[in-house]
Amino acid sequence: MDFLAPTTWAAALAAKAEHPDAVAVAGGTDVMVEINFDRRRPPALLDLTRVPELREWAPEAGRIRLGAGVTYARVIDELGATLPGLAMAARTVGSPQIRNRGTVGGNLGAASPAGDSHPALLAADADVEVASVRGTRRIPVAEFFTGVKRNALAPDELIAAVWITPPAGPQQFCKIGTRNAMVIAVSAFGLALHPARRAVGTGIGSAAPTPRRATAAAGFLAGELEAAGLWESRGELPDALAVEFGARVRDAAAPIDDVRGTAAYRLHTLSVMARRVAGWAWTEYRSAA
Amino acid sequence: MTSTQITSQVRIGDGRVGQSALRPDGTLKVTGEFAYSSDLWHDDMVWGVTLRSPHPHARIVSIDTTAASAVPGVSAVLTADDVPGVNAVGLEHLDTPALATGVVRYEGEPVALVAADHPETARRAAKRIVVDYEVLPALTDPRRALDADAPLVHADGNLVRSMQIRRGDPAPTAPVVVALDFEVGMQDQAFLGPESGLAVPAEDGGVDLFVATQWLHVDQTQICRVLGLPPEKVRLTLAGVGGAFGGREALSVHVHACLLALRTGRPVKMSYARDESFHGHVHRHPAWLRYEFGAQPDGTLVYGKADILFDGGAYASSTAAVVGNGGTLGLGPYAIPNVRVDARGVYTNNPPCGAMRGFGCVQAAFAHEALMDALADRVGVDRVEIRGLNGMRLGDSNITGQVIDSAAPVRELIETVRDMPLPAERSGAADIRELPGGVSNTTHGEGVVRGIGYAVTYKNVGFSEGFDDYSTARVRLEMTAGEPVATVHTAAAEVGQGLITVEQQICRTELGVERVVVHPKDTTVGSGGSTSASRQTYVTGGAVKAACEAVRASVLARVDVPECRLEGDKIVSAHGEVVASLAEVLGSGAVEETVEWRHRPTREIDPETGQGDAHVQYAFSAHRAVVDVDVELGLVKVVALDTAQDVGKAINPDAVIGQIQGGSAQGMGLALMEEIVVTDGHVRNPSFTDYLIPTILDMPPMRIAVLEYADPHAPYGVRGVGEPPTISSGPAVAAAIRAATGRALRRVPVRPEHITGT
Ligand SMILES: Cc1cc2nc3c(=O)[nH]c(=O)nc-3n(C[C@H](O)[C@H](O)[C@H](O)COP(=O)(O)OP(=O)(O)OC[C@H]3O[C@@H](n4cnc5c(N)ncnc54)[C@H](O)[C@@H]3O)c2cc1C
Repeated sequence: MDFLAPTTWAAALAAKAEHPDAVAVAGGTDVMVEINFDRRRPPALLDLTRVPELREWAPEAGRIRLGAGVTYARVIDELGATLPGLAMAARTVGSPQIRNRGTVGGNLGAASPAGDSHPALLAADADVEVASVRGTRRIPVAEFFTGVKRNALAPDELIAAVWITPPAGPQQFCKIGTRNAMVIAVSAFGLALHPARRAVGTGIGSAAPTPRRATAAAGFLAGELEAAGLWESRGELPDALAVEFGARVRDAAAPIDDVRGTAAYRLHTLSVMARRVAGWAWTEYRSAA
Repeated sequence: MTSTQITSQVRIGDGRVGQSALRPDGTLKVTGEFAYSSDLWHDDMVWGVTLRSPHPHARIVSIDTTAASAVPGVSAVLTADDVPGVNAVGLEHLDTPALATGVVRYEGEPVALVAADHPETARRAAKRIVVDYEVLPALTDPRRALDADAPLVHADGNLVRSMQIRRGDPAPTAPVVVALDFEVGMQDQAFLGPESGLAVPAEDGGVDLFVATQWLHVDQTQICRVLGLPPEKVRLTLAGVGGAFGGREALSVHVHACLLALRTGRPVKMSYARDESFHGHVHRHPAWLRYEFGAQPDGTLVYGKADILFDGGAYASSTAAVVGNGGTLGLGPYAIPNVRVDARGVYTNNPPCGAMRGFGCVQAAFAHEALMDALADRVGVDRVEIRGLNGMRLGDSNITGQVIDSAAPVRELIETVRDMPLPAERSGAADIRELPGGVSNTTHGEGVVRGIGYAVTYKNVGFSEGFDDYSTARVRLEMTAGEPVATVHTAAAEVGQGLITVEQQICRTELGVERVVVHPKDTTVGSGGSTSASRQTYVTGGAVKAACEAVRASVLARVDVPECRLEGDKIVSAHGEVVASLAEVLGSGAVEETVEWRHRPTREIDPETGQGDAHVQYAFSAHRAVVDVDVELGLVKVVALDTAQDVGKAINPDAVIGQIQGGSAQGMGLALMEEIVVTDGHVRNPSFTDYLIPTILDMPPMRIAVLEYADPHAPYGVRGVGEPPTISSGPAVAAAIRAATGRALRRVPVRPEHITGT
């Protein structure tokens, strides 16, 4: 197995172009597990941890450009206030050790339906910046997940960064697990309110072959809020509306039964989580007036 | 080569019995320097791996090892045909082939072995072994095991053991009757240090095995039989053990590493990865339990009935003993005049089940404690009061007619936990880490209901039903560099519980020395018996104490003054005068004594009535659990898990607390999350990704009341400590969840969907 260790982004892209079958390693918290279990024996590993550009984040053009190699621990510490939804998701990932090494780029690279950053990125309308020696493109995160553990990267591409607009409204993230820490999501839900656009962002995790949005539910909630003039009045969120939103989020999912939970339980939890987070987010929106 | 020789002088107080002497292995473990069995190394070693069956039940038509043997770097490929001795091991029945012959009976059964110069090479070569299987119908529902048309797992039938207890009125009636069915899932010991060992071939044609295990001598007997070697040619030394909990009582790498070492002439290391570990050791028996209590209107028990079925899996392992405990102790620590208990253990094509902390009692406790709550509610008596009312007392007979001849403080234990302060009610905006779901942020208080549950249980200590249960200790006293030094040598396995500290404390107490060297645990001294059944402090502690007494007697016999004692480097008279210095008396020689020590004998029970003095000692504990349940999402946060336990005498109070905390966490784990999920004979979660054990965010701080009612028959009055907390904590947690949710919850672990009903 070859071990490629570029120290610049240009060299990393060149290496990936030359060895499209090389597997990138960021924190290694997915890759090394697979290698240790002999589930994967790539011809080459492409170590990205020596590429400084990937470890940076900065405001740019009104958005945050988050390097693919920024760890969860740093998202929590450095971006907790700026990107609350993503930071809440990051807080639920694994254990302190995993959060110290694991990265958002790696989560996207693995593209697991249970990846915790995904619902938050979907709700926040993030874009994934990918690059190759051929150039750079930005993929809306909703188009990034193409199948179970598959993503939109071409063989010669790497993930450079994620672009997220710092929210003008409340964000929430929650996740079901059968213990109180260090657990893979049985189901997860991310929510963002975009008051300026009168829009609602959603993301569902672990309840479909890919992370996905609850588009119809989001449109329904935004529309009802609009119709009732609630965006302006910041009046109370009617219970029935929250319940109905929950039901529609549930209807957007397509979970399976597995050893972590039944499909029925996953659906049930989505309806509860969506209802609750809608309430929390709305309360925050009201109190921000 | 690595083995763990531990000497230490670090201690708190003077490190004697009753003080929290520091463990000599503690610092090494905390700093990551302790050599566990997986760190064993020999410069010339090769690596051994196991090829395991993918099928729960199949006939082996043929095995072709040609391609595997041809892999460069491979030094041996072995199958059952290569076993020189008798291809059978087992703790109770010799029913387990070291390597499968003709048939495989569970998914994960060892079929072939490979040794190679690199573990990866060995694993890849193992994949090139071609085994032609003819898949057979598998028996995977133990409730069908005794049906006439059930597939036979072993030729002589699917029953491992059946036991009946009959006492009092054969057809009792009572004004109040409660009856319920329960189910307990398959728990795993989930020790962190995987099975590993190093077998080194010796010039005499024998082998030296360094291995993490629980009972060196019973391993030795089993290995000898398979290798066809006498005991003097199979020498075992305990390697660093990373947890055991019963899971190392049956053999894992032991025989396999020796077979490969003798074949290759090279030292062979084997070390399981986590997924293999989940297939490579026995689990806790799942159980199906049908219970009935009859009582007076005031809640006084008139009769108890139980029908308990344990799934033993493909091989017997400790199933008979589990049935023995489930049967004799299955109705809990209550005085019950009329009894009818049937307990059975059966073979199936599920993973083999065997020893795990608290066995037999853990399963039964979920049933008798839930039923006791049901009875309390039915007759309108407080749940604590009904336990006090029916609880055993000193002098009562248990259901096998054995008189409890030392403390049985059931009422005191349950009232002690009841009277402990309750955790504060949640108020206002709580830290989400304190709520069900924790930082997963699923509730800010919505749906959260608090519940409180109680349980009290008991467990036998030591081996029972007539077993010759003994331990051997060799103690030497000598002067080294002007200082008296005691060396204690037993074969009793230190598995993390703190036995070596206890051995040191006893030597200091009896011989008045400061420095105590703990000799490596090996088979050059007689058997220490099993590190299980909460027995080592009692039995090996008893042996060490007796050996110290013998050493002391022989030293004091050399001075002509009556009633002296040893104190430091001096011999002191009863009046405190220095009679002689130890240096004078011992000179350059040493005094050494070896003692084989037994506890009071136990007896087999009557096969018809189940009556008899089956056990040597009983240990009692109670728990009170307080839980917050998100009843809409089915998520649980245990807020408090408080306990009271009678330990007879706390030889090392900190170690006692450690056992109680760990045992409570393990019992809570079974109530909440720990289950090996088996579908059609296949294990679906052989990893820590999906076999969940409690984290620090799941385990609350505990209030622990340690009672010390000395057992007059036991050394220093000790009572076994390790198992009781694992037995009473789970039922208390389950009861608390029932109280919060109002759900029946007849199965553990309680899954979120059982609470939400989805
Ligand atoms: C004990 C444990 C607990 C865990 N708990 C959670 C959890 O709670 N929630 C969760 O979501 N995940 C969890 N994970 C999975 C893992 O930690 C996350 O998916 C993490 O985000 C992976 O990041 P990484 O940097 O370690 O990725 P790596 O393992 O280095 O890579 C993951 C994948 O992404 C690819 N990749 C990495 N960087 C790039 C790049 N710049 N361009 C293109 N491809 C790239 C790799 O080739 C690989 O396919 C857990 C893992 C472990 C071992």
